[in-house]
Amino acid sequence: MKRLLLIALCSLLPLTGNAMTPEEQGLEIAREVDRRDTGFHDFKATMTMLLRNKHGEESLRHMRTKALEVENDGDKTLIIFDRPRDVKGTALLSYSHQTGSDDQWLYLPALKRVKRIASRNKSGPFMGSEFAYEDLSSQEVEKYTYKYIRDEQLNGKDALVQERYPVDPNSGYTRQVVWIDKAEYIPLKIEFYDRKQSLLKTLEFKDYKQYLDRFWRASEMFMQNHQTGKSTLLTWEDYHFRTGLKDSNFGKNSLKRAR
Amino acid sequence: MKHWIKALCLIPSLACAGEWTGYIEGQGRYFTQEALNPAQSDSTLSLAFEPEYYHAWDDDRQSIVFRPFLRWDSQDNNRTHADIRELLWTHVGDEWEVQAGIGKVFWGVTEARHLVDVINQTDLVENPDGEQKLGQPMLKLSFERAWGVLDIYALPGFRERTFPGKEGRLRSHPRVDNDLASYESSAGNKRVDLALRWSHSLGDWDIGLAHFYGTNRNPLLQPVLNSANEIVLAPYYELIHQTSLDLQATKGDWLWKLEALYSRSDREDVFSYTGGFEYTFIGLGDSDMDLGVLAEYMYDERGDNAPIAFENDAFIGLRLTANDEQSSELLTGVIKDMDSSAWLYNLEASRRIGDSWKASAQIRLWIDVPEDDPLYTISQDDYIEFNLARYF
Repeated sequence: MKRLLLIALCSLLPLTGNAMTPEEQGLEIAREVDRRDTGFHDFKATMTMLLRNKHGEESLRHMRTKALEVENDGDKTLIIFDRPRDVKGTALLSYSHQTGSDDQWLYLPALKRVKRIASRNKSGPFMGSEFAYEDLSSQEVEKYTYKYIRDEQLNGKDALVQERYPVDPNSGYTRQVVWIDKAEYIPLKIEFYDRKQSLLKTLEFKDYKQYLDRFWRASEMFMQNHQTGKSTLLTWEDYHFRTGLKDSNFGKNSLKRAR
Repeated sequence: MKHWIKALCLIPSLACAGEWTGYIEGQGRYFTQEALNPAQSDSTLSLAFEPEYYHAWDDDRQSIVFRPFLRWDSQDNNRTHADIRELLWTHVGDEWEVQAGIGKVFWGVTEARHLVDVINQTDLVENPDGEQKLGQPMLKLSFERAWGVLDIYALPGFRERTFPGKEGRLRSHPRVDNDLASYESSAGNKRVDLALRWSHSLGDWDIGLAHFYGTNRNPLLQPVLNSANEIVLAPYYELIHQTSLDLQATKGDWLWKLEALYSRSDREDVFSYTGGFEYTFIGLGDSDMDLGVLAEYMYDERGDNAPIAFENDAFIGLRLTANDEQSSELLTGVIKDMDSSAWLYNLEASRRIGDSWKASAQIRLWIDVPEDDPLYTISQDDYIEFNLARYF
């Protein structure tokens, strides 16, 4: 029923209306993407990263993640590292915000130390991968300004193409080009342009699955760095939604308990 | 304690098995200067083993962790030692948590020294930096609410600090003889110490306030004659009341840090603090590397009479984080005594090799340390250390 309502709603969206500027259209698209992904409450999943350098050498990262939706703000997430073994038990707690820097605490199991870290470092590589922290953090509408570009087919799917520009001056990007599936309002591909305006990376979302008959999640995210020749394949598995997680699962104590 | 033993007995009967992880590490240390005492060696080889067993049940509300530690050292009998770092049962409720057994706790924010971190005793034979700790028997109750986290500790049983033996380097002259340890408390090492800590995050600020009442983890060292008619240092453990504050402000690329304590014993009252900053240059020269600049000042109101090394000292350091696939890191710095000629130079570096190996190195140098400095007797013990660890 909800789904029907959503489809009805979106057909009412004046996406191609004459009255709207490309900026307004871009913002409307972003809001619709956000609207359709609101209400999941919480989820748990496992993440595997396959890092490959330009010589074809590979290494693996295993993580588990838990996320909690926060009304009118960014999500709370906890990422627990399982492999490589020397970082096992390391955990990262983030409170992301719609505007301004996120709050982040890192737990170092060898010293049992919880360290508040400077989270302005968004552009740095996550675990040596081609994903930056900002690529993985919760995607809030307020984090970008937008501009609708065109409609286009991508791999046989009708897509909306928009550009978005990070609001945060500490972002590693000046611009991102995003292909959004016109039927489901989910991202299919993102091109990232660095501070010198050159194409840095391309992210492709593959093998989308729908959870709770509503929320779409890509099972694979493939990030190719065009400047270094390195790539990272991020695989998401064991998604569980609405598992009953609450605020107390995202506190300092839970960070120390994370296994 | 009885419940604890009961909990342990339950483990084998649980159908679902836990998980073993951990590491084994080889270590070589080379001392670049001649030892003060001919009994001490110029190099040492050592092997450490630290497995960890973890098992959770009751929908992850209950868990047990067992983490023994073993080290064999080719030269120093005191450094060849074993410890139970953790043997801890945890029960998590909604906004509360109880832990019982042997555990490890860290308090604090600064880097040059860990002033307010009082729960665990230092395993000094492991490393002169004092960051390695012995497991502490504890019963801990923790509440996490909107007003922050409140931790209440009962700490039954005191652990004596470990000190290098006769053949070991990085020791005092005369050496410390733990057989002669004595206590202010009539209960000796059986006293139950108490601690309380409130911590909270308010926007960019992280604050911790704590009080500890119990046997001081830092002993006074008094020269005495032992049964073999040797002059040795005997540790004396006083009772203290210690109130401490730790504070960090996270402002963009700046971290501002302060640890302060006020400690009271029958003999003296002590005020001491460490404060400073860490500033990080992100993406150094358009690379993925981050460079952190650290500066901290350490103060102890007892000045030169303080039985500790850092009473009016400044620390300046650099932290290089490569953010590469091998997680390469380097931390280097100097501590300068503002009242004397003494310097301490320190370097720590590490890098993963493949998926399950890690190589690390340390260099520590003591430069121009005058005879009246507590560090004087180890100032001949400059060393280079290499470690190779295999994780499983």
